Amino acid sequence: MQPGMLQLLGLIVGRDLRLAMRHWDQVIQPLLFFVIITTLFPLAISPALDELRRIAPGVVWVAAMLAALLALESLFRPDIEDGTMEQWTLSGQPLSVMLLAKTATHWLLSGLPIVLMAPLVGSAMGMPPSAWGVTALSLALGTASLSVLGAIGAALTVSVRRGSVLLALLVLPLEMPVLIFGARAVDLAMHGEAVAGPLNLLAALLLLFISLGPFAMAAAMRISVET
Amino acid sequence: MSSNTESSVLNAPKAGTRWLWFHKLSSPPYAYRTSGVLRPWFLWSAVILLLVGTYGGLLLAPPDYQQKDSFRIIYVHVPSASMSLMVYVVMAVASAVGLIWRMKLAHALAAGCAAVGAWFSVLALFTGAFWGRPMWGTWWAWDPRVTSELIQLFLYLGFIALRSSFEDTQRADRASAILAIVGVVNVPVVKYSVIWWNSLHQGPSITLTGASIDSSMLWPLFVMLLAYALFFAAVMCDRLRVEILKRERNASWLADIGAKT
Repeated sequence: MQPGMLQLLGLIVGRDLRLAMRHWDQVIQPLLFFVIITTLFPLAISPALDELRRIAPGVVWVAAMLAALLALESLFRPDIEDGTMEQWTLSGQPLSVMLLAKTATHWLLSGLPIVLMAPLVGSAMGMPPSAWGVTALSLALGTASLSVLGAIGAALTVSVRRGSVLLALLVLPLEMPVLIFGARAVDLAMHGEAVAGPLNLLAALLLLFISLGPFAMAAAMRISVET
Repeated sequence: MSSNTESSVLNAPKAGTRWLWFHKLSSPPYAYRTSGVLRPWFLWSAVILLLVGTYGGLLLAPPDYQQKDSFRIIYVHVPSASMSLMVYVVMAVASAVGLIWRMKLAHALAAGCAAVGAWFSVLALFTGAFWGRPMWGTWWAWDPRVTSELIQLFLYLGFIALRSSFEDTQRADRASAILAIVGVVNVPVVKYSVIWWNSLHQGPSITLTGASIDSSMLWPLFVMLLAYALFFAAVMCDRLRVEILKRERNASWLADIGAKT
């Protein structure tokens, strides 16, 4: 029996969540990385909250971006290595939907924890409570975009030896618009100004990436799987 | 690694000859010969226009009332910056054609574009820095347009890096094609960055509705733009021929040409 598209999405999300439950240590790693990176800045620059407050939006966003990048390594590689991905490409089901489901799960496991942790990290760097909501919201929209863009890059480089440096090289330039709008939204919120503009742009970018990204992912994955 | 000459002829549509040129173009021997014939035309017209544009820009055009003689950098800076974007669009379109119609020559063209485009970006950034030193008082400003041009350069470098990490040319072609198409989102960002953000970089002097600079300064700029485009075409003829030689190194038609020359 052929599952419907939503059922297919649900099956894959369920499978990946179950797999992640059994490797909790790996799921936690990007979040730890995120916290550790933000800890470096007070040590390197200055522990004075006044100075940290100024750079807090950028630090939180850059750390989130790097953590998302780190997490991409485990997005497709296990499935390629044990042959699952090959089965998927041959299954006759839409590969783009399956990869989108994987990416969504990946965001739930690596992006969402960062989103929830970010206000805490931000407040440790002197961010006023009024900006916490916008920080979380901008990161929620932004990290989802990063997951989609990252998934395209991961699908392209998954069969390449030592692909992780290459992955960073490919994905980071593409992600920069997201970073610009995200950090800007947080910065505006800290100064009590209207944040609708950058947030709307972030949402628009996310919609664009979600609607077109899966096709690029699927095309890239087909190239990576065939050997 | 055999030639796809025969298959492209076989695939030619039966209905009409409207697409014949397209299928002819995808044949390596035809493209190899055509680009060889076109190359000197492109090259010499580019050289002549470069000389005319340089003479007009450096000697005939009057100094700017505000920027004095340093404005003359635009005759190098603007063409290279606009070429860095145009080359990317050419590269992305060629990549898309290569993916959709499985045309190997389009991939060869895209592969040739990357390094040229990267150099145009470098040239735009360097000339911008030399202009920025006297005008903005700094070599480098984290200005939206400068930053997005730098991102453009990174995209070219990423494309080149991705290509070189595959050993199989066909996989390299298709993987890098996807990257080129995805990266196209950056082109409008660079182009409109001066309008979207409050930028240190000056706004566009030339728009569709008219130009805000005097015609004595303007015509050398257009000549230079055209010269750069022709120069790019000439370089691409060479690069395409090299790519064809690399890809078709075992094909029999090359041996035929080699026997004649």
